[in-house]
Amino acid sequence: MATSTPISQGGAPGTAPPPAKRAREDRQGLRNLLHRLDLRGAPYAFVAPFFVVFAAFSFYPLVYTAWISLHHVELSSLNLMEWVGFDNYTALWNDDRFWNALANTFTIGVISTVPQLLMALGLAHLLNYRMRGSTFFRVASLTPYATSVGAAALVFTMLFERDFGMINWMLSLVGVDHIDFENNKWAAQIAISTIVIWRWTGYNALLYLAAMQAVPRDRYEAAAIDGASRWQQFLKVTVPGIRATIVFTIVLSTIGATQLFGEPLIFGQGPNGITGGADNQYQTLGLLLYEEGWKNYQMGRAATVAWAMFLLLILVFVVQRVLKRALARRS
Amino acid sequence: MSSTRTKLRTRIAAAISAATVLGLVAGCGSGGGSGTGGGHKDGKTVITMGLFGVMGFKETGLLEKYMKLHPDVVIKADVAGDEQTYYTALQTHLAAGSGLKDIQGIEVGRAKELVDTQKDKFADLADVPGTDHFLPWKLSQVTAPDKKVIGLGTDIGPMAVCYRKDFFEKAGLPTDRDEVAQLWAGDWSKYVSVGKRFKANLKGSKAAFMDSSSGLFNAMIYGNSEQFYDKSGKLIYAKNPVVKDAWKLASQAATSGLTAKLRQFQPGWDPGLANSTFATTVCPAWMLAHISEKAGPANKGKWDVAKAPKGANWGGSFLGVMDNSPVKKEAKELVAWLTAPEQQSYLFEKIGNFPSSETALKSPAVTGAKSDYFSGAPIGKIFGEAATEIPDEQVLGRKDGTIKDIFSQGLTLIESQNKSPDAAWKTTDERIKKATG
Repeated sequence: MATSTPISQGGAPGTAPPPAKRAREDRQGLRNLLHRLDLRGAPYAFVAPFFVVFAAFSFYPLVYTAWISLHHVELSSLNLMEWVGFDNYTALWNDDRFWNALANTFTIGVISTVPQLLMALGLAHLLNYRMRGSTFFRVASLTPYATSVGAAALVFTMLFERDFGMINWMLSLVGVDHIDFENNKWAAQIAISTIVIWRWTGYNALLYLAAMQAVPRDRYEAAAIDGASRWQQFLKVTVPGIRATIVFTIVLSTIGATQLFGEPLIFGQGPNGITGGADNQYQTLGLLLYEEGWKNYQMGRAATVAWAMFLLLILVFVVQRVLKRALARRS
Repeated sequence: MSSTRTKLRTRIAAAISAATVLGLVAGCGSGGGSGTGGGHKDGKTVITMGLFGVMGFKETGLLEKYMKLHPDVVIKADVAGDEQTYYTALQTHLAAGSGLKDIQGIEVGRAKELVDTQKDKFADLADVPGTDHFLPWKLSQVTAPDKKVIGLGTDIGPMAVCYRKDFFEKAGLPTDRDEVAQLWAGDWSKYVSVGKRFKANLKGSKAAFMDSSSGLFNAMIYGNSEQFYDKSGKLIYAKNPVVKDAWKLASQAATSGLTAKLRQFQPGWDPGLANSTFATTVCPAWMLAHISEKAGPANKGKWDVAKAPKGANWGGSFLGVMDNSPVKKEAKELVAWLTAPEQQSYLFEKIGNFPSSETALKSPAVTGAKSDYFSGAPIGKIFGEAATEIPDEQVLGRKDGTIKDIFSQGLTLIESQNKSPDAAWKTTDERIKKATG
């Protein structure tokens, strides 16, 4: 065996190339291989960090969460998992709290997103005028976005406080009785939406502003020659010109609204924040997940909520695609 | 030339990305050392503590005093304001096995759950010398069936009623603390009747009689040895007459407008104290520090303390040592010192946390203590007598803390959302089933 190995590798001893030539050919082959690797392999190496991060922080948690959601498991004893199949899912389907949280996520999402984007559009239009100190105003409109959710929510919670909050004090000046913002369902949802609107309007306005500056000037000039007023120009030139950006901000805000968590949590503070009010009047899906996982310590049920949210997002995506295709076919 | 440079650049970039990948993978694998943050550094012993609320060790300088007595010890204490937040983090850390401190505070509502599910992660404190001075029921709350003790007691929460003399005078009620105690002696329903009189007669103020109905509910249930669970660990809240009676009376108070519709320790309550929106609150000893701090110097001398209708214990805490702590021995010594009778009576004098040590309870510093802020009330005597009325056996359950929160929310449903007591009970019952199931 030991003697046959070199023969089978190098061929017959008589036909073997001289050692120097062989080394050169070997080096050539190695270089070829490296070159090919460089050409073909390098792009994969470049994108690899993303996939490693994705596998570690997105894909693995996703799969593991799905696995947990099929079990009964408590936070205090994570090593003891009891297989329950799809029980958690059927229980969630029959749970009023889930449908309530879903409805709240939707309503808070609508009353925060719609006014926010409309205001952002108006603000961007104003910022788009030629004026002194425009940079100052642009930066100023972004400052709320730079504030942390926690700080903003805490300040707003104090403003909306029932007995000594500033908003009730101002309302009392015009003769309106104190509103119990936390315990009234719609008042609480509007108050939470205010926090979201305050934080994100400026951010969206800047996105719109950037898009507006790319709209060709001559369109405005042509419109002006045709006798269009400022308002007509806004409606007929600006808005169609930035349609793509508007769609983008709607998608962005929708994702943000589904993830709504910090604002209602801090708005309620303590046990009431986790359950979204004593009557769950402003509990979002994010809060329901948190309540199951970190108040009731039922990790299986929390994982089920997480997967339900994920499936919902997929559903929304599919519906949107179907609608888009249907609309395209009609036109 | 340019092609070699490009190649070089590609190679560098590939190397960097490979290194990044390796770094990320390695970063996931390595866990940090002991995990409790404590240890021996530069010839000094570092002990970390996780605390909540006003346990007093940091606030009154006790930790600094210990460091002066032991120059080789450095104590780092983190204090979370809200116990719910603190306990959630503690649970997560226990499950993950990292992020724990050498010493962790344990609230009584969580004691049973930790004894049942986490006792292996705590060091046994049964053998620590000089710790035979506690009230027997206090230690039994953190003792496992195999006699392992996972914590040493700090304070207990005997209850009284804190009241505003000026409002009582306006309502034509007596202001002397003994006469006030006589108004409701023996029965909590008399306390609610006094409230109705107060409401009818109070002139020139909109102040409510009590802050929240959940305070009354707590006071009533904690006067009995069994509340939500029985001794075998079975849930009995739905049938326990103690809970039913407390619910009935508390919801009666809530529906007759006797409360300021506040939630204790939640937003609105502190400004309520500062702006005097209510006249009484059922106060465990440890609440005095909070009231005097939040009601502020402007209300000094307006508050007083009267004996409650019935003795009860609300709250109280323990200090536990983590078993994997690299400074376990030193941490045990520190816990023994912090819970020793001298320190307990010092804490009572300073901030009103009532001792769980029998020795401290009998010391003249405690029995003779008076509170300047509360019109010179003999708090040592009042709370001491209340402590003797606390049932000798206190049955704890796994989810006591959570169930208490759910009941408070149930009462809020009646108080602030105009639900009927029956509907609110139904919701509460369903929620407890979900939280414990």
